[in-house]
Amino acid sequence: MSCPVTIRIQEDDFDIAREIAVLTKSRTDIGAVVSFSGICRADDDSSKVAALTLEHYPGMAEEEIRRHADEAVSRWPLNGVTVIHRVGRFMPGQNIVLVLTASQHRQAAFQAAEFLMDYLKTSAPFWKKEESATGTGWVEAHARDDEAAARWTKS
Amino acid sequence: MRVKYFAWVRERVGKAEETIEPPATVRTVEELIAWLSGRSEAYAYAFEKPKVIRAAIDHAHVKSDAAIAGAREIAFFPPMTGG
Repeated sequence: MSCPVTIRIQEDDFDIAREIAVLTKSRTDIGAVVSFSGICRADDDSSKVAALTLEHYPGMAEEEIRRHADEAVSRWPLNGVTVIHRVGRFMPGQNIVLVLTASQHRQAAFQAAEFLMDYLKTSAPFWKKEESATGTGWVEAHARDDEAAARWTKS
Repeated sequence: MRVKYFAWVRERVGKAEETIEPPATVRTVEELIAWLSGRSEAYAYAFEKPKVIRAAIDHAHVKSDAAIAGAREIAFFPPMTGG
């Protein structure tokens, strides 16, 4: 059972249906695909966000996502993983990140998608800068994201 | 060795990357941060809270006590906020 892993960092938008079709093409062993999309939202706690700019560390970002994708493949019986993270400037409503996980049964796909997103938030080198009516500033990391990632290290 | 800076660390330092030659007495990430902080006010501002700063050596996350010997590329950045 093969498990192709696709990781892309790009400025262009992604098409979720197309990415799922690519992941499942010519496969009859896949019974479940979980899709998570992260979208730029206007409301962030107190201020209205006008735009977000995503910066990344080229080279390390791909490698770090690859390390966690490989770990997901070793922890769950997966049949395919796709992670696409966009960089550049985004308006509310625009796609930022896509995680697809495919498996024979849904549980592995759900858990692996959540695992990948939790690590993407806390250990993949990406940073968000927020523009709002009150000015421009770097988004601060949330302790809740660290806690979400930490639960995967408990046995 | 090459050093890269990202997000507000890059903005405060005023450059995205540079090549540095720290003295042999600078052996760890922590010591490199202290050495860089002494270079100018811009570096001191970027590294004013060294515990907040994250570091990577050759594209892998490291802790502040990691040795820098043999590193080709060291990066400094704030906690990550992607996804």
